[in-house]
Amino acid sequence: MPDFEVGRHLYRFPGGLRLRHHKQIACRDPLTRPELPRALYLPLKQHQGPVGEVLVEPGAQVRKGQPLSRATSDREVPVHAPTSGTVAMIRRWPVSWPPGSEADCLVLEPDGEEDWCKRMPLADWRRAEPEALIEHVRAAGLAGLGGAMFPTAAKLRGDWKRVHTLILNGSECEPYISCDEMLMRERPAAIVEGGLILARALGAERVVIAIEDQMGAVSQSLGMALAAHDPEDRCQVVAVTTIYPEGGEKQLIQVLTGAEVPHDGLPQDLGVVCLNVATAAAARDAVIDGTPLIERIVTISGPGIEHPRNLIALLGTPVHELLQAAGGVQGDIDRLVLGGPMSGLPLASDRIPVTKGSNCILVLRRQDVEREQPVMPCINCGECVRVCPASLLPQELYKYIEAGNYEQAESLNLYDCIECGCCAHVCPSHIPLVDWYRHGKGVLRERGIEDARAQNARQRFEAREKRITEEKEQRRRKREQRERKLKSGGEARSEVQAAIERARAKSGRQNRPGKTGASDEGGEQ
Amino acid sequence: MKLTFAGAPHFPPINSVAGVMQQVLYALIPGIAAHVWFFGFGILFQIALAVGFALALEASMLKLRDRPLQPFLYDYSAVVTAVLFALCMPPLAPWWVALVGMVFAIVVAKHLYGGLGYNLFNPAMVGFAAVIIAFPMDLSQWLAPRQLSPGLPGLWQTAQAIFTGTLPGALSWDALSQATPLDALKTGVAENRLVTEIRDAPIFGDFGGLGWEWIANFYALGGLWLVYRRVISWHVPVAVLATVVLISTPMWLAGPDINPSPPQHIFSGALVLAAFFIATDPVSGCSTMKGRLLFGAGVAVFTLAIRRFGGYPDGVAFAVLLMNMAAPLIDRLTRPRTYGH
Repeated sequence: MPDFEVGRHLYRFPGGLRLRHHKQIACRDPLTRPELPRALYLPLKQHQGPVGEVLVEPGAQVRKGQPLSRATSDREVPVHAPTSGTVAMIRRWPVSWPPGSEADCLVLEPDGEEDWCKRMPLADWRRAEPEALIEHVRAAGLAGLGGAMFPTAAKLRGDWKRVHTLILNGSECEPYISCDEMLMRERPAAIVEGGLILARALGAERVVIAIEDQMGAVSQSLGMALAAHDPEDRCQVVAVTTIYPEGGEKQLIQVLTGAEVPHDGLPQDLGVVCLNVATAAAARDAVIDGTPLIERIVTISGPGIEHPRNLIALLGTPVHELLQAAGGVQGDIDRLVLGGPMSGLPLASDRIPVTKGSNCILVLRRQDVEREQPVMPCINCGECVRVCPASLLPQELYKYIEAGNYEQAESLNLYDCIECGCCAHVCPSHIPLVDWYRHGKGVLRERGIEDARAQNARQRFEAREKRITEEKEQRRRKREQRERKLKSGGEARSEVQAAIERARAKSGRQNRPGKTGASDEGGEQ
Repeated sequence: MKLTFAGAPHFPPINSVAGVMQQVLYALIPGIAAHVWFFGFGILFQIALAVGFALALEASMLKLRDRPLQPFLYDYSAVVTAVLFALCMPPLAPWWVALVGMVFAIVVAKHLYGGLGYNLFNPAMVGFAAVIIAFPMDLSQWLAPRQLSPGLPGLWQTAQAIFTGTLPGALSWDALSQATPLDALKTGVAENRLVTEIRDAPIFGDFGGLGWEWIANFYALGGLWLVYRRVISWHVPVAVLATVVLISTPMWLAGPDINPSPPQHIFSGALVLAAFFIATDPVSGCSTMKGRLLFGAGVAVFTLAIRRFGGYPDGVAFAVLLMNMAAPLIDRLTRPRTYGH
């Protein structure tokens, strides 16, 4: 039995901010697909984890849904062809993660045929083995669609105690992002079915779909889908209060269970697994239709876009194509953001392609980002302390990192910062706190790698030293033995005698074929 | 498209230092207005003098330290320091008191420690402590409130008194000045008179001093607005006032003859001003929520102790400075438990 019934009582997490959500502007129009782009740029790595083996050569004709790379473990995630066409090349291309970097991308030129490869749906998922479901999810290339792109299969099986509840996260709390809201309105049945499939894969009895209390239309559509697709009454929709960042995995779990994910543990330690609602819908498509993950809903919004809307974009679509499909940009554009205004990543270029975790493209104008003052010293006002959902002391972390005292920052739990941006948003001194934390984590990580390298080198060196001294010691001991034997004359003589005898015996044997000298001493003859 | 490549969050912060300081100044307006009503224009002169000196000293220190005037001169932090200092001054205190006070507040307490954000002690209270130790006589000339005064000095007379140090014409200190209620209480108790007896004097109002209690009410009004606006958190004012009530109530019940009642404590002196505006100074205070409760409680304990046992009638300034010393340690001891730990 679960220690608690997830979602029966709602709890409060510390801190957080009530933000204007700006979501409706992109929800007025129904979901549409933009025109097929001239080329798709598919990063081979669209997940946290190693890249699998690439299966196609430049020049290859591929069919829609055909796997382009292969995964050999749960941490690798295959990439599939979003449409049929020709693989033009594999080249370096700007990507969204890590920010500002380039990575190997498969360039796919669509032929417009939409020629599907053979799909392999699972005949009866309600009776399928969990392992078979997980294999399907893995082969379909699922990685968390909420943004973190964690390989879904790796969340479904592992060495942990029993999972009793699957939480489907539909509480996208960050302003402007509305792709999950649109999905829940338009495809509620897919989410419910997907949730039940994933729950079966996990062996979980219950599914809790967490939405925000301001999503009236969503609650209605999900309610109808539950009535139709959840005969055993295992799913439940829970509306949580809209406080940023309650859609963060740790915060949502805290709101629904009152428990905290241990800092060195996983949600599984609490018997829950948290997946995005879009991941559930993708799991349903993978299992019931046999469709791999080749497209996702992307919100195109922000004050700098002419016609904010949600689009169903093929993975690999460059951002500028989506901006065009949303009427183009307007005004003095300052930046493009992947994700929301609080924690989104800056995009270095509008050529960057959509990946599995791309939930929103936010277009911001100069006047939206302008600061009224430069960065000033911290006045210790404690606003950051009040809003931190992880109960950290942001201003202390900042002071230690700024002073170069990274170890002290680490001991004050820098790594527990979820980079939600609340602290920086309320800072009257306009200190870019999150940038400092990323910097601090980066330095610590590098030092960690260096430390590990140094430790390896030291271990190797010490092992070598030890080996050498041992060898020396052995040689010395042998020499001493020999010297001792030589000193005690009688013994030495008898040894010589013995050797001669051995040699004689040996030379006698040598006449017989197939036998060789038994020992080295035989050479003395 | 040329794109800015900067980290999140992408929207500008909702606060600014200048914005916070401005709101503190707005919140002081009702209290200052009440002060003018009860005690005349003196306080306005004190504010103007202190603000003028503070800005001049701030600008020179920024120049000396090779720091830009923008944004530091325009962040209103020196103005807030100056106004809080001025509100602790007798209305007719001579002009050089404000100068000396601001030298200690802005030059010593603020800039010698590194400027905005780096001062260990509340600058306004450092300035006040310096002048009350240096010029106790000049700071003991308090005016009687309007109801007890033969006529509050006018604008011109006030200016003359402040800049020449002598009262003009027919005015005399004996007629104008009056002991503050806390002073009267302290000397009265020392002369073995009963509190109830002392309180019969006309300078006392319903709770604290006549006039003073209304000024305190208006300070509280402004302070509550700051709490509502989240410029200050509720922790410090609640801790200060609750601790005063918690300590003074049993003492008053046990010995009402020698101990003033809790309302009298709260509405006398600078306690309400301190609770909402002085002990809430972020830089020299605590930043954890628990720490702020302890900080406020400490200010209350020291204030009551100084009022009861100390050499000064009111102890708010010294109480705040003493707690400033303890603030870093309190913060360290009250670090919240991180999520998942």
